[in-house]
Amino acid sequence: MLLTQLEKEMLDGTHGKAAKKSMEILVTLGEIYGAERMVEVRSVQVAGVSYANLGEPGLEYLAEMAEDGKVRVLTTLNPAGMDLENWRHLGIDPKFAKNQERVIKAFETMGIVTTCTCTPYLVGNLPLFNEHIAWSESSAVCFANSIMGAKTNREGGPSALAAALTGRTPMYGLHLDENRQARIRVDIKTDVRGTNDYGTLGKVIGDSIGDKIPYITGVKSPSLEELKAFCASIATYGGTALLHIEGVTPNRTNVPPEAMEVTPPEIEKAERELNDETTIDFVGIGCPHASIHEIKRIAELLKGKKVAKEVWIATARPTKQMADRMGYTATIEASGAKFACDTCFAVAPLKGRFKGLATDSAKGCFYGRGRNKFLVKHCSLEECIAEATR
Amino acid sequence: MKLTGRRIFHGKASGEALVTKEAISFYGGVDPETATVVEKGHQIEGQCIAGKVLCFPKGKGSTVGSYVLYQLKKTGKAPVAIINRECEAIVAVGCIISEIPSVDRIDVDQIKTGDLVEVDAENGVVTIK
Repeated sequence: MLLTQLEKEMLDGTHGKAAKKSMEILVTLGEIYGAERMVEVRSVQVAGVSYANLGEPGLEYLAEMAEDGKVRVLTTLNPAGMDLENWRHLGIDPKFAKNQERVIKAFETMGIVTTCTCTPYLVGNLPLFNEHIAWSESSAVCFANSIMGAKTNREGGPSALAAALTGRTPMYGLHLDENRQARIRVDIKTDVRGTNDYGTLGKVIGDSIGDKIPYITGVKSPSLEELKAFCASIATYGGTALLHIEGVTPNRTNVPPEAMEVTPPEIEKAERELNDETTIDFVGIGCPHASIHEIKRIAELLKGKKVAKEVWIATARPTKQMADRMGYTATIEASGAKFACDTCFAVAPLKGRFKGLATDSAKGCFYGRGRNKFLVKHCSLEECIAEATR
Repeated sequence: MKLTGRRIFHGKASGEALVTKEAISFYGGVDPETATVVEKGHQIEGQCIAGKVLCFPKGKGSTVGSYVLYQLKKTGKAPVAIINRECEAIVAVGCIISEIPSVDRIDVDQIKTGDLVEVDAENGVVTIK
């Protein structure tokens, strides 16, 4: 790879141990994937934050990097394994909490902004069109590439951290325009409305095209929340890191000749696959993290009611601070529902605590089943709240 | 016999080869405490990878797998070297952060489990004794 003077210095250790290790990672990845050079990034989002995933060795690695590593660009974190302030209330084991705090401390020492969220674009880490970035979380990667028109590969935890500590990433994959062209046209021949419907649509498309880049037609002015749900689902079920939607997304692409249609029967089949026979004892909203607009809607639905089940609303802490100011938090908490900031019901260690999860998130269904062994019900936000108060 | 590939992470090591034709997921597929392959139905399920020259086509699964290799190294249970047909990001990053000598673009079918293998990763050379 062709390296600049500064990059060579990082590689030979002039800028410290952490920068050296980081540059070794980036150069090796660049060589594996045939990158000719590095590209400077403006924003990084690091995954591998939950202690449940990192374990002691992951933490040890982060602590080692934190000895002399400092980020060179704006960097935020993916959700952690718990609410960093309110974990007791959510029933998290104190031993786990202690270890999770050590993880966050290591990131903080490196200068990372410790907002732990899968929606960094809602809380101050908003990449611009054509900007090169290095993000990790699959839904955020898909959103940044597709909706914002930024350019990122899907990074693993260590490679994203390496990008943060050097301000660079190898230029390959989705950093190159020729790899951002649509490969299949997907014509939507059915009405899609609400975050749950968009999640189901993401599953239908993801299941059938895998990680091919789609050019999607027939979708009418989806909202921010619907796009957030759609990107999360298609990335979960298909591994999609970039998509194009006619009249919605900003990237230029050729329209491919190969095409498929999505009709009501496919949606109904996917909807059946997203639902288990179960009784619900847990309701989870905010996968990806709830926006202020969604929280407002939840407050309206819960006003004056009491929940009869455990209800978590996962969101980024700055989003909740807006909700605090608007009184939404007070209304929601008066019902007995709980906020889970910095974390979510997909990454928190909840196995064995609940049996049946109701959620409006198709992604939440996948990880609720896989990681936490829940049975799931996939329904609209309104039905989730109705289920919670039943 | 001498095979030549590409350096992923430098270093020299030798040991007994453990070979599989199947991809390995280190996260979920290998027990980080015992270094045993635990993926159900995997060709080398139940075998311990500690101290071996581990030969497999490529990595798969979650990127957390890189940290599993790091954990194995820290507890002295990592493979002494890794040989792949085509290395991908999870194994590459795992080898770099754990400092495990590693080479790819090697026809791993030429190596048999139990062979004594020398790896000179810097030069991408694998020698079967």
